[in-house]
Amino acid sequence: MTFHHPPPDETEQPATRKAVLKHRRGSRWMHWINFPLIVIMVWSGLRIYWAEDVYAFGILGWEWFKFFPESFYETLDLNRRLARGLAFHFNFAWLFTINGLAFVVYTWRTGEWRELAPNRRSLSGSLDVLLHDLRIRKEEPPKRGRYNEAQRLTYSLVILLGALAILSGFAIFKPTQVFPLTWILGGYTSARIIHFTVTLAFILFFVVHILQVARAGWRNFTSMVTGYELVDIEPDEPDEPAESPKSAEETADV
Amino acid sequence: MSEKPEISVEAYRQRTRRSLLTGGAAALAGLFGWVWVQKQPETHRIPTVLRKGHEFNESLWTELFRENHQARTFDLEAASILRVNGRRGLRSEIDLDNWQLTVRGPDGAELGRHVLDDIKRLPYHEMTIEHKCIEGWAQITNWGGARFSDFMQLYENQLPDNISHVYLETPDGGYYVSVDVQTMRHKQTLLAYNNLGEPISELNGAPLRLATPLKYGIKQLKRIGEIQFLTETGGDFWGERGYDWYAGL
Ligand code: HEM
Repeated sequence: MTFHHPPPDETEQPATRKAVLKHRRGSRWMHWINFPLIVIMVWSGLRIYWAEDVYAFGILGWEWFKFFPESFYETLDLNRRLARGLAFHFNFAWLFTINGLAFVVYTWRTGEWRELAPNRRSLSGSLDVLLHDLRIRKEEPPKRGRYNEAQRLTYSLVILLGALAILSGFAIFKPTQVFPLTWILGGYTSARIIHFTVTLAFILFFVVHILQVARAGWRNFTSMVTGYELVDIEPDEPDEPAESPKSAEETADV
Repeated sequence: MSEKPEISVEAYRQRTRRSLLTGGAAALAGLFGWVWVQKQPETHRIPTVLRKGHEFNESLWTELFRENHQARTFDLEAASILRVNGRRGLRSEIDLDNWQLTVRGPDGAELGRHVLDDIKRLPYHEMTIEHKCIEGWAQITNWGGARFSDFMQLYENQLPDNISHVYLETPDGGYYVSVDVQTMRHKQTLLAYNNLGEPISELNGAPLRLATPLKYGIKQLKRIGEIQFLTETGGDFWGERGYDWYAGL
């Protein structure tokens, strides 16, 4: 990369940027392993659902949306695949469960959970973020540690969602052998509706998550791959010009 | 190897390159694994690894099976006549008055024959349970009949100790299942002849069918013609067509 070397006089200046650890190695691996697993669970789950697709969203007896139109299944090759759907679902369920448990244990043992846990202010803080994201409000809401309040709330909820997918899954997998679990979820039929609703919530999360990550940019994305994110170093001497020669370098990265 | 909380921009650059390579390699490996699963030789119409997974689940849940775990029961008011969902094995004519049940041992030798009154002489039990279909619907219904365990008692001294499965077949052989003996001996496994106190309708399996909330509907054979005690698992209509042999709940 010789052609990128700055002129000699500039190398004498203190570095203006550094890279800080954002996602630990364990979190990164588990995050990326989880991604295909969840896709497989949704995909095989929908193949199961096709066999008896009775759920619809209605208000006051008026059917508003039926899950799903026939063309949806045909396009995604979800129809007439119940046996295969079940085979994938009941095998990958274990991988999803193991990875999820590993993530929870890891997050707890490393103290990473502190970066994720919401608190009393998270709800109103999330609203501020939402207003900012929708460009209704100008000032950027503060981050508390690594994430802003909306991120904390969403990421915590999606972990709970994963737990609920597993619990409701086992509740309908072996309703007699794990009957207390099925009972807590209101019985077999109710657990089944929960299981399906969780799937819809996952899809919704996925869409929003992808949009947000795309918006946050390449550096944020690579931090989930490399673990580190580039940040500007705050100049500690106020009389130094805060202007940093970063523009050329920065675009070269992207 | 623990990661430092902060590194220089140069170290970051190097790392990025390395991580993207590792990530790319991992993604390729994942893709390769996925193709590998799809390209597997099939065992009974699903990739062999997935079949192995079903078998793993079977041995795990057989191990965890507890005789005293009962499927939930409901009030009779909640029950209705079971929806008819499959006609395999029922398409031929049946003469209910001359129906007979044949019982065979592991070697295929005939051990006995029964008419419906023989079954009706065994202690009568009723249960209101939730019938579950593997396609995803469930319905509360009520079955009446004899416990299979009582029926099996009739043959206990003619059978070897190592009976592991029971095979059931319709009179025309159009539908057949194998069910583990653990489930067959469970209190809630009936040879049923009543549905909500009335004789079972023809399409729901008259004159005698298997009824157990511990298995999906695909295992609850209607219109039993033959029962065979086995020392290993036997044929299973849907198992041979891609489904889980165990199908336990
Ligand atoms: C990301 C996680 C998961 C997703 C998105 C998911 C999604 C789905 C969907 C959409 C269905 C069809 C729903 C219906 O027909 O009512 C389904 C069914 C099912 N899922 Fe999951 N699931 C997940 C995890 C699990 C886990 C961990 C288990 C545990 C073993 C499990 C067990 C089941 C069972 C037993 C069925 C019903 C199969 C049948 O009745 O034939 N799922 N799942």
